[in-house]
Amino acid sequence: MPDDVSAALARVHGEEWGRIVATLIRVTGDWSLAEDCTADAFESALTRWPVDGVPRNPGAWLTTVAKNRAIDRLRRASTEASKLRDVAIMNELDELPPDDISDDRLRLIFTCCHPALTMEARVALTLRTVAGLTTGEIARAFLVQESTLAQRLVRAQAKIVNAGIPYRVPEGHLLGERLPGVLAVLYLLFSEGYAASSGQQLVRVDLAEEAIRVARVLVRLMPDEPEAMGLLALMLLQHSRRAARTTPAGDLVPLEEQDRSLWDAPAIVEGRALLEAALRRQQLGRFQLQAVIAATHAEAAATDETRWDDIVAAYDELARIDPSPVIAFNRAIARGAWEGPAVGLAEVDLVADRLPGYYLVPAARADFLRRLGRNAEAAAAYEAALGFVRSEPERRYLERRLAEVS
Amino acid sequence: MQYLFLIGVDADFTPDPNATPDPTKMAIEDWGAEVEASGASIFGNRLRPAQDATTIKVRDGELIVTDGPFTEGKDYIAGFDVIEAEDLDAAIAIARKHPMAHDGIVEIRPIWPL
Repeated sequence: MPDDVSAALARVHGEEWGRIVATLIRVTGDWSLAEDCTADAFESALTRWPVDGVPRNPGAWLTTVAKNRAIDRLRRASTEASKLRDVAIMNELDELPPDDISDDRLRLIFTCCHPALTMEARVALTLRTVAGLTTGEIARAFLVQESTLAQRLVRAQAKIVNAGIPYRVPEGHLLGERLPGVLAVLYLLFSEGYAASSGQQLVRVDLAEEAIRVARVLVRLMPDEPEAMGLLALMLLQHSRRAARTTPAGDLVPLEEQDRSLWDAPAIVEGRALLEAALRRQQLGRFQLQAVIAATHAEAAATDETRWDDIVAAYDELARIDPSPVIAFNRAIARGAWEGPAVGLAEVDLVADRLPGYYLVPAARADFLRRLGRNAEAAAAYEAALGFVRSEPERRYLERRLAEVS
Repeated sequence: MQYLFLIGVDADFTPDPNATPDPTKMAIEDWGAEVEASGASIFGNRLRPAQDATTIKVRDGELIVTDGPFTEGKDYIAGFDVIEAEDLDAAIAIARKHPMAHDGIVEIRPIWPL
């Protein structure tokens, strides 16, 4: 296939898959039908576009093929009992303008992220229906069997139908209640791409970029939501460091050792601009605050020029919103960076027993002890951390540090 | 759609008597009245506690009758309501005002007509 056609297909897939699926679900109420017909449309494009050329309006072309396929299948599957309803749906499909400006993706995102679904189901459903990843791609990304993933999707779609989960964007105060859940799913998706928690590879770029893509859609469709902007800003800022986070061998490079010239400058610019726009709305939230922290790191030319006091201040605010031990722990690290390892160690020890089995606790203690020259204690702490660590690059990092203090 | 609310006592949770009252929590009589008036209620009531329950099984042609509920644990069902609601979010909106949503648990189960 000519390069320009496959490039066009890839680009259009990212832009149009979710939109077409979302609209077909709205009209037909049938998730499998919507996905199958959209997949058929893209397969059609695979065979026709190399021959006929890329259409002037690829989105409209695909929508037309998808809706015609849906009409076909409904006609064939229609029974006496369902006939009336099916005819109504087929008529609506027929009248669907190919250049449908309504964007049902927001409904789709909120439905995929409904709290009545398990977190795993929400993530899988979002990746499949909004981002258009195949079952195989999602299964590989999460290191599960494809059949397991397929089952998970089937189960989730059944729950949506059987329990009556509505296909709608929640209204009024309910939107405020449900939006954090949506953002949490997208951030989980992103973090799985950002730092895999088990297995050989530290950075699985694809998932992170899918998450950013979906977050962009969310921001575009909810331009008045500062937390949505904050989430996208946070993702862009964290993702900007991806080239510097690992060595070619796949080893972990901690923040203070990263080559900042490898950071993605345009992503940082975009992230900071988004964050500033969000902060102007004066509705602080967890994602904006985390983005502030990421931006503060991004602005520093070198680690020792980092405004750690700004970071500690942001963690103080975060801790007010969310008194979780993980935030308290991250704040302890920041205080250690600002006020020295003795303070850092004391702060970590205050929160340590609220985080049993969290390998970063002994790892952080080990780091502070190492900087204080207390090598024997540092070695013991590195060994404790090695007992809990789950990814190869992080293991190699700890073993390297352990060798330094032994 | 029809949903069954199973009103449960959560044995691991004791409501804090000193906590500020949640304005969305209704008294049970008010909740019942509102659900009746809105037409959402089909049928519902309180249940006698677990110690007044009787469980039966028929195994190999033999009827076995036991004192007590069929669930093993300390949690138990204290009441039920059958509700008509447009979708799950509407059902949740009704259930969350029930006093036992605040002091216990409410399970929302879709009815699956035979």
